[in-house]
Amino acid sequence: MRVYLDHNSGAPLNASAHAAMIPWLTSGRGGNASSVHAEGRAARAAISEARIAVGAALGIPATSVERCVVFTSGATEANALALHSEPGPLVLMATSHPSVLMGSQRRTSTRVAPVRPDGTLDLEQLEPLLQGAALLSVIFANNETGVVQPLPPVRSLCERHGVRLHVDAAQALGRLPMSAIMAHADYVTLSSHKIGGPGGAGALVAVSGAPLNALQPGHQERGRRGGTENVAAIVGFGAAAKGVPRRLDEMAGVARLRDRLWDGIAGLHDVWRNGDVVLPNTLNVGFRELDGESLAISLDLSGVAVSTGAACSSGSVEASHVLLAMGIDEDAARACLRFSLGPENTEDEIQVVLSRLATILLRQKESHSHLGPIMRQPLQERA
Amino acid sequence: MSRVVVAMSGGVDSSVVAALLVEQGHEVIGMTMHLSDAPETERTGTCCAPDDAHDARRVANHLGIPHYVANYKKAFKTAVIDRFVADYQNGLTPSPCVRCNDVLKFKLLLSRARELDAEFLATGHYARVVPGAFGPELHRAVDHAKDQSYFLFGASQDALAQVMFPIGDMDKPAVRDVARRFELPVAEKAESMDICFVPDGDYARFVEQNATPKPGRIVDESGDVLGDHGGIHRFTIGQRRGLGLPGGTGAPRFVIGVSGATGDVTVGDASRLLAAGLDADRCNWIGPPPSPGTPVLARIRHRSAPDPAVVELAGDTLRLRFDSPIRAVAPGQAAVLYDAERPSRVWGGGWIRASLPFSDAPASAQAVD
Repeated sequence: MRVYLDHNSGAPLNASAHAAMIPWLTSGRGGNASSVHAEGRAARAAISEARIAVGAALGIPATSVERCVVFTSGATEANALALHSEPGPLVLMATSHPSVLMGSQRRTSTRVAPVRPDGTLDLEQLEPLLQGAALLSVIFANNETGVVQPLPPVRSLCERHGVRLHVDAAQALGRLPMSAIMAHADYVTLSSHKIGGPGGAGALVAVSGAPLNALQPGHQERGRRGGTENVAAIVGFGAAAKGVPRRLDEMAGVARLRDRLWDGIAGLHDVWRNGDVVLPNTLNVGFRELDGESLAISLDLSGVAVSTGAACSSGSVEASHVLLAMGIDEDAARACLRFSLGPENTEDEIQVVLSRLATILLRQKESHSHLGPIMRQPLQERA
Repeated sequence: MSRVVVAMSGGVDSSVVAALLVEQGHEVIGMTMHLSDAPETERTGTCCAPDDAHDARRVANHLGIPHYVANYKKAFKTAVIDRFVADYQNGLTPSPCVRCNDVLKFKLLLSRARELDAEFLATGHYARVVPGAFGPELHRAVDHAKDQSYFLFGASQDALAQVMFPIGDMDKPAVRDVARRFELPVAEKAESMDICFVPDGDYARFVEQNATPKPGRIVDESGDVLGDHGGIHRFTIGQRRGLGLPGGTGAPRFVIGVSGATGDVTVGDASRLLAAGLDADRCNWIGPPPSPGTPVLARIRHRSAPDPAVVELAGDTLRLRFDSPIRAVAPGQAAVLYDAERPSRVWGGGWIRASLPFSDAPASAQAVD
């Protein structure tokens, strides 16, 4: 039996999203949403319905969604669109998603706001960075640690300095109420496949009439996102968005399983937990003296899907920039694993994971004692 | 059948290893070691470039086995790259592939295999592990042209007990045939020849990018200064070209010594390159070491023909005397010994510290550094 504990990478496709997409993936189906004919109108209507569903998940009335919800190919593009829409000096977080960190590299003025050891923004250090800035990009719930940012004080600082606020909420949708975000953000990034929709769809929400400046020209999405729409993916995203209220209700149970997992792990090894206020589904654990990469591979081979750090282009794992930004040293950062749960996980699955992990930890400790002298004396045998 | 971790470089040899082990019914786990980030502009036919990880992944998909890319960049830098640069700066001729095998493959990757509950680590090396009276033995590959046993002399018997070299009894055309039979996507891929972290083969430039060159004088054996040079990393024992000396009518001159301490490069005529023997240290013996007086066959660099020699001392250090003088013993390289009675068996070896001068009395070693 495989157990999937990597929902922050991507949640399994849910049944309603799957069912909603099938008609759009059936052979013989035509229809460009820009076309005037019946097939085109049907596609456009389906996108429109999906937009209303996504808006509803955020509490946006159906009458406003056409104006403020822009579908994209995913959260990365939504982040890029937000950054592109406000070209002035940018402030981002040391723990921002790579799409924001890498996407900002071409800008002339970017400042990086540090975080405290608990992963939250250091507000005292943030304030001077906001002077003269145009946009602050905040990752509301971190993908690696699940750390949640307190938005009201951040918003106050932004208002004081006339800075727009972009909130990357890709990990928050379906896990935390969106009302707090909608009350404070100018731009909100969403992702379909974090809530059980398909990959390849996302959205940027411009909350309070914030300007949107297309990355690529085209009349689609009211001229704010050129390119023929991926109807099936957008429809799937919409169907998944309809399930957001239920997902939220299920989060208390997910949090219980997550806590059970943590209690079990704490009994198996000398471990620590990264982050303080975190998403209900996320558990980022450091295994003292062990190698997270090796643990993740062992778990995968035993049938448990988890993640560690951030994959680089070759597919190997680098020390997490998020953990390093929280002041954790590189060796410790490499000892960390992320477990991220979802509503379909069960009590039995958690027990299975704990029992497999117990076996793996035992073996890792044996191998490490074998390797002891090498690890302690890193290869300095000759002067 | 066993769980086996295969070190998959993305090349045809290790891909064939994975395919053969799958065919034999083993549970195979592909592992690509991400060792360094070589410049992507260069040809990427090297064991650690990202494209090669991609090729390894394609092969693993083709074979239906799990595949992981594991990050060993830090260990590789410490154990191999930094040492490579330091050796040149110390007047030595580095042997990075031996060190990579010793540390990255036989220690770290083998340890990873054990962590993953694998019984064996398999690689695409051309060499063989054979059971012997004193535990596992290391032997040359059947294909002597491809034989890589020189690079593997540092393996412990503990390691060899868990290591498989499944293509050690095949020649290269046979390996290609297997790759074609399995329709592996890398079946026609070119060989990688250079050191993986210096894909363009320009070692001098690599050293200069990673260290401050150590300039010095070019002297002859009597101590007369013949000129200056820009860095000792550009000189290796036996080198004739690139000395930057004015052409003369005399005999050609060769590098016969490189001093990391003074920066002096000593040149002399060809006869001065001849050595009667060598001293080596940090030895590894695969089984009981040879006792003094034992005739052996020795190689002082990869691809050199095995030369007959006699062991004078073999323990943590090695003193070896060749039956007839050999040319260009380079400190920093490995001296690898083969059993004279069973010439395919690797007995072990050590790291060359100094050559024994051809003319001198047996007891005194000529320290090159």
